[in-house]
Amino acid sequence: MDLSYGKEIEAFRGEVKAFLKASWPPTGEAAKGSKEEQLRRFRELAISKGYLGRSIPRKYGGSEQAPDPLKGQVIQEEFAAAGAPMEPRGIGMMMLVPTLLDRGEEWQKEKFVRATLMGEIAWCQGYSEPGSGSDLASLKTRGELVGDEWVINGQKIWTSSAHEADFMFCLVRTEPEAKKHAGISYLLIDMKQPGIDVRPLREMTGGAMFNEVFFNDVRTPKDWIVGNRGEGWLVSRTTLKHERNSIGNAGQMTALLDALVATAKRRKIDGRPAIQDPEIRRRLVEVEGYIRAHQYSGFLQMTKDLKKESPGVMGLMNKINSTHIGHRIAKLAMEILGDDGVVAPGERNLMGAEMDSDSTWTNYYMATVGIAIAGGTANVQRNVIAERGLGLPRDVAADRSK
Amino acid sequence: MDFDLSDEQRMLQQTVSQFLDNECPMAKLRQLFDDEIGFDPVLWKGLAELGVAGIHLPAEYGGSELEILDLAVVAETLGAHAAPVPFFSHALASLAISLAGSAEQKKRLLPALASGERIATIAFSEESDGWLPEQWTLAAGATLHGAKERVEAAEHADLFVVGLAGGKLGVVDRSAKGIEIQRVESADRTRRFGRIHFENSPVEILAGAGIEAARRVVDVGLVLLAADAFGGAEKLVATSVAYAKNREQFGVIIGSFQGLKHQLAEMAIEIEPSRALYWYAAHAQDHAPGEASRIASIAKSHLSERYSQVARDATEVHGGIGYTWEGDTQIWFKRAMFDRVMLGTPRLHKNRAADLAGW
Ligand SMILES: Cc1cc2nc3c(=O)[nH]c(=O)nc-3n(C[C@H](O)[C@H](O)[C@H](O)COP(=O)(O)OP(=O)(O)OC[C@H]3O[C@@H](n4cnc5c(N)ncnc54)[C@H](O)[C@@H]3O)c2cc1C
Repeated sequence: MDLSYGKEIEAFRGEVKAFLKASWPPTGEAAKGSKEEQLRRFRELAISKGYLGRSIPRKYGGSEQAPDPLKGQVIQEEFAAAGAPMEPRGIGMMMLVPTLLDRGEEWQKEKFVRATLMGEIAWCQGYSEPGSGSDLASLKTRGELVGDEWVINGQKIWTSSAHEADFMFCLVRTEPEAKKHAGISYLLIDMKQPGIDVRPLREMTGGAMFNEVFFNDVRTPKDWIVGNRGEGWLVSRTTLKHERNSIGNAGQMTALLDALVATAKRRKIDGRPAIQDPEIRRRLVEVEGYIRAHQYSGFLQMTKDLKKESPGVMGLMNKINSTHIGHRIAKLAMEILGDDGVVAPGERNLMGAEMDSDSTWTNYYMATVGIAIAGGTANVQRNVIAERGLGLPRDVAADRSK
Repeated sequence: MDFDLSDEQRMLQQTVSQFLDNECPMAKLRQLFDDEIGFDPVLWKGLAELGVAGIHLPAEYGGSELEILDLAVVAETLGAHAAPVPFFSHALASLAISLAGSAEQKKRLLPALASGERIATIAFSEESDGWLPEQWTLAAGATLHGAKERVEAAEHADLFVVGLAGGKLGVVDRSAKGIEIQRVESADRTRRFGRIHFENSPVEILAGAGIEAARRVVDVGLVLLAADAFGGAEKLVATSVAYAKNREQFGVIIGSFQGLKHQLAEMAIEIEPSRALYWYAAHAQDHAPGEASRIASIAKSHLSERYSQVARDATEVHGGIGYTWEGDTQIWFKRAMFDRVMLGTPRLHKNRAADLAGW
């Protein structure tokens, strides 16, 4: 067992540090122009050094580095420490780009990958429908090929950031005669066109980051399809896998725990700082136990990754583990807040930084329930773990749907 | 970065596992479980011949001089097999002598412990919450006068390493005068307890080190308990899943019912990630001294609580048979009770971890 990153990687860390020291925040020439321009120049520079866009080929704007989980980890650590921006957050980099690189046509990669990496275009994910959530493959939104265009009619729901997105990657039923899963195609759709109606949905937190999206004879070119007709279900599986990996992030959990300890030092229970309350102290340690287990499991998964071995059942648990930890942090935060646990939720902040206000915690108390639902509910995760991880039989209902 | 066991460590686990499969199959385990004394010297000797008794001891006294992680992976395997052997207490008692004994004491005492020829145990706990070196009150003089509670393997140990006031450690030979051992029926019949009374019993102080040695012994013990808990808990998840694939009700295997599937999935979710937690805690004992105590307390409280819960769930999964003495899950259920209490309950160790964080 060796937890050091090794000489070569530590030398690499030194390079990254030096780069960041010189380049972020921008100074002199680099600090000219708007914030967007500065950000763009910084990202271009970081890509030219091989720090960003590592898994993306050069011809699509990336830096095309040999996969190296340790270097990736070091970059993440150092960029976070310097407060420097990485690739744009959001569903485009997380899900669409890996899918295009895997399954897309040449022209699709050229057209979309660089622009997404540079933050010039933003995406939303059009999967869920009012009647199709966990049973996603039952989706009904129709796509019909008319001449050179798909004509799309139907409705999507819970579409995060649809109001800000330029494009949607969307699951659409294009083969109504085919069996459930085999009738779906993966289409790309320009959001800025007549026929698309985006209506905000207010969340329980009061925020409105997701939407309903109505399609009324919406059009997209015939070749804006990823994979073949009827292969959309399989194509979409690539991306779900990527989402699961990125949600299981113990670093974020540790930052949240630190923020919670800071809050417990500030808040009072029975006239003394909450952090001195024995019950609170023990519950903090209990939550930390779960976080540490999650964190070190990450080390183990990284090691398996480096050795090109399968992580086994553990690899299926990242989402539900971080969901469970989120619930625990949220409930403990309420305990620490005491009577102020009734204040209206404020800003959404899932990162742990500057979470020292009561209303960010009440927001978190709600947001964690959303996390348990988004990207596959906890029950669906349990099914996956039981069936694929423990080898138990598939649900009767699920079998019938195939 | 290589956060995984080495081939040697896996081999060690396999060797111990195979030995127990052969020498302590279920029938034998049950026999010892039901036995009045519950100790089989031949089984212990066989394990010791594999080198298990001296993994962590210096080579010059016959040990293998390996790391705490090596000791812990063996604890995991013994936990999975519910092995009825005094490995845990023997490891800690011999560790105490190797850390705090003088050169002469080590030379005299350790070889027979490293070979497993003699068995040593720890006598730390006092009347209530007396597990930590800071809490020991038994006065250290030329002789001992008082009692120690919950001493594992008290009836067949040859040597007692006793926790004394000020975090000192002392050694008392079983043949010393004034020792009275009282059997205490313990729930876990794979690891038995006794209460020891000392009445002017001569003691040798291990004067080679201060309270840090005693703390390290406790920390290593916490890691070993966490490892045992992981081994046992993982075994319970596996046997529960296997049972669910075999037992039929309503014309189908019970593992096809979603309620049970989810219960089994949650058991796995509770346990699987904590393998890495106990590994890290073990690794820290040799490689991250600054964190060693705190992560040991976290690992022990976390794993013993997870183990206790999974033991309850596993019993339920097995239905009526799970609740019987004939059923096997009860053996691990009771090991979880031992792991929870030994060296201090989760409450004590959460308090300790909070204190050590400086909160
Ligand atoms: C914050 C947030 C953001 C989201 N963003 C997006 C987005 O950008 N794009 C998008 O397409 N979707 C998005 N979603 C939608 C999300 O993917 C769905 O809400 C989710 O898949 C569940 O579907 P549903 O809401 O229809 O619930 P349902 O599927 O109706 O589930 C209701 C309950 O039934 C349970 N259940 C359902 N099936 C089973 C089963 N087989 N076994 C056991 N229990 C079952 C579920 O676990 C749940 O508890 C978002 C959701 C949230 C909360």
